[in-house]
Amino acid sequence: MSHSSDHPANLAHHFTEVEQQQESAKLGMWLFLLTEILLFGGLFCFYAIFRAWNPDIFHNAHFHLDVVMGTLNTVVLITSSVTMALAIRSLQLDQKRAALWFLWSTLILAGIFLVVKYFEYAHKFHLGQLPGKYYTFQGIEGTNPHIFFSVYFLMTGLHGIHVIAGMSIIGWLIVKTSRNRFSSQYYTPVEMTGLYWHLVDLIWIFLFPMFYLIG
Amino acid sequence: MSDTAPKNYLNEQKGIKSWLLTHDHKRIGLLYLYSIMTFFLVGGVFAVMMRLELWTPPSDLFSPDTYNQLFTLHGAVMIFLFIIPSIPAALGNFVLPLHIGAKDVAFPRLNLASWYIFIIGALFAVYSLVSGGVDTGWTFYTPYSVTTSTAVVPMVFGAFVMGFSSIFTGLNFIVTIHKLRAPGMTWFRMPLFVWGLYATAIIQVLATPVLGITLALLIMERVVGIGIFDPAMGGDPVLYQHFFWFYSHPAVYIMILPGMGIISEVISALSHKKIFGYKAIAFSSLGIALTSFLVWGHHMFISGQSELAAMVFSFLTFFVGIPSGIKMFNWVATLYKGSIDLRAPMLYALAFLFLFSIGGLTGIFLGAMSVDVFLHDTYFIVAHFHYVMVGGTVMALLAGLHYWWPKMFGRMYSEGMARVSALLIFVGFNMTFFTQFMLGIQGMPRRYASYPEQFAPLHGYSSVGSLIMAAGFILMGFYLFYSLFKGARADKNPWGATTLEWSIASPPPSGNFDNVPTIDSDPYEYKTAAGPNG
Repeated sequence: MSHSSDHPANLAHHFTEVEQQQESAKLGMWLFLLTEILLFGGLFCFYAIFRAWNPDIFHNAHFHLDVVMGTLNTVVLITSSVTMALAIRSLQLDQKRAALWFLWSTLILAGIFLVVKYFEYAHKFHLGQLPGKYYTFQGIEGTNPHIFFSVYFLMTGLHGIHVIAGMSIIGWLIVKTSRNRFSSQYYTPVEMTGLYWHLVDLIWIFLFPMFYLIG
Repeated sequence: MSDTAPKNYLNEQKGIKSWLLTHDHKRIGLLYLYSIMTFFLVGGVFAVMMRLELWTPPSDLFSPDTYNQLFTLHGAVMIFLFIIPSIPAALGNFVLPLHIGAKDVAFPRLNLASWYIFIIGALFAVYSLVSGGVDTGWTFYTPYSVTTSTAVVPMVFGAFVMGFSSIFTGLNFIVTIHKLRAPGMTWFRMPLFVWGLYATAIIQVLATPVLGITLALLIMERVVGIGIFDPAMGGDPVLYQHFFWFYSHPAVYIMILPGMGIISEVISALSHKKIFGYKAIAFSSLGIALTSFLVWGHHMFISGQSELAAMVFSFLTFFVGIPSGIKMFNWVATLYKGSIDLRAPMLYALAFLFLFSIGGLTGIFLGAMSVDVFLHDTYFIVAHFHYVMVGGTVMALLAGLHYWWPKMFGRMYSEGMARVSALLIFVGFNMTFFTQFMLGIQGMPRRYASYPEQFAPLHGYSSVGSLIMAAGFILMGFYLFYSLFKGARADKNPWGATTLEWSIASPPPSGNFDNVPTIDSDPYEYKTAAGPNG
């Protein structure tokens, strides 16, 4: 490149300055998050429609979700959002050890979330509280109680996939951070992952009352 | 630097690997271009097979089941594998950074990834094609799509995967347009093609995820039986239609908006006159994008939605006519007293104006509920759709392809053959589809392999027309391919156009601009109405 003399190492050739590159990444990430909201938006729509059609089934079925486990997972996920934010803060202050510590905490908390979810799922599989034609449970009054579990498994399942995706990205960030790839000069990937992780958290904050706390 | 041919993006690096791993937006544009041309050929072969079957009343050439697969595959291939990626991903990728004075799109790696995702999705679609095909129609309506024994899941999964490719292209373009404009390139100095791509990208980003989740739910319904589209299990098949059209109506504007952008470029450049009503055209693109999200219910007038909903959707549908009409009048006003150069790009642009007017106006008929109830699911719909998609989008694509071909490859095609081909396509298209308006009004329903004797003359005309159109496309394939090797060298500005891509060499160097340009004027500053190179 002819202009490489004053071109910083982290700056791709088609950008003229670091700030432009960072802002592009941020705008791109926000747009991506928008598509995520719309992806889940379809499912939120389904939830609203089926709950409006079957208020009694949703009410009766929600007693079969474990509020304690749901609450525990909510706390776990919110805490992981805090540690993610602290990881970004640590990089801004060039504190690599602290950043690594916080990234590991986020990863472990995400793992705990999935373990709790595994126990919830396993219990429902055992009882036959499954979506659609696999539903065999007898204990819920009303016609088509399986619809509740269809929507429940779809939404929490898609959310779970996002948690797993987030974990693999955070794992990659841990590797990069320990190789001194990030500093207060350049931490865009960590910041972008943080945005993503907060969205995953936020979606759970909606899912929790929608399924566990139908009053 | 200056040995024999100057270094450019085509010859600077060689070998298959330099193409498959390229981050250059121009090369990725060409990868898309070759892909969509391949799928256009596939979809076109299905179309000709259908027309051959329909030449005579009985279903003799193919069985009715095979015919069902033919129209489904024609639709699915043309929509998901050809028309949606065609203008944005192929021409848009090539032209957008050149138009705004950038060296590349904002995320070059994501750009390449989007092509690979497209190819992976396409492979699933091809797998579906060879493992039994699909016979649901390209809309995959439930409940039939859940119960049919054909290979629905791979086709739907392919469309799901290709959706991500479309999202990434749109996302990339929005960021590129916001952040990578050259100094002095204000929003209102951007060429109108960029405005068209911007409006398209907004729809791609906002609508495609909803299609993604809809198709995912359809797969879940088919594979796991979750019951949400199945009335026997408390679900609702009409809900599928709502979800599908929430994406797929905006999606037809993904197909047409970038085409409208091309028409603005070509009409201004080949009449050597400043575009009339720049801001009106720019904002009408955004107006169409916005309105597109509010009209999906007009696909469902007879599906049992509430009368109130149907009335609101009908009213909003008429609204789309306003921004489209604004564009149409501005293009015609640009032509007025221009120095019109009737070479191939302009011929296709004029064809667009003519055919899109018919397509658009018949759309207003169909937006009126009482008329739609009568014409729903007849050939009238087929004709309307093809006047908009082929008469609109494909004509615009061909205008753009002929307009930017010299920039892409540094060669001119045979102008004489291009005119013959344009004539064949125009005549063939009108023969094929104008007859279908008449068939529709006479009550011929779509999607049937056989029909009563009374429809035979019109169907016969239509089939002959389709062969004339096919001949035009075959001729085009021939002269474009020939021009790559034997075409006359194109200079950097064969049309005498004023936008930035014509200020650099044909084909452009890998980095586009040696020095980042500074822009201090409007995109269409034609001093006088002079001829080409004037």
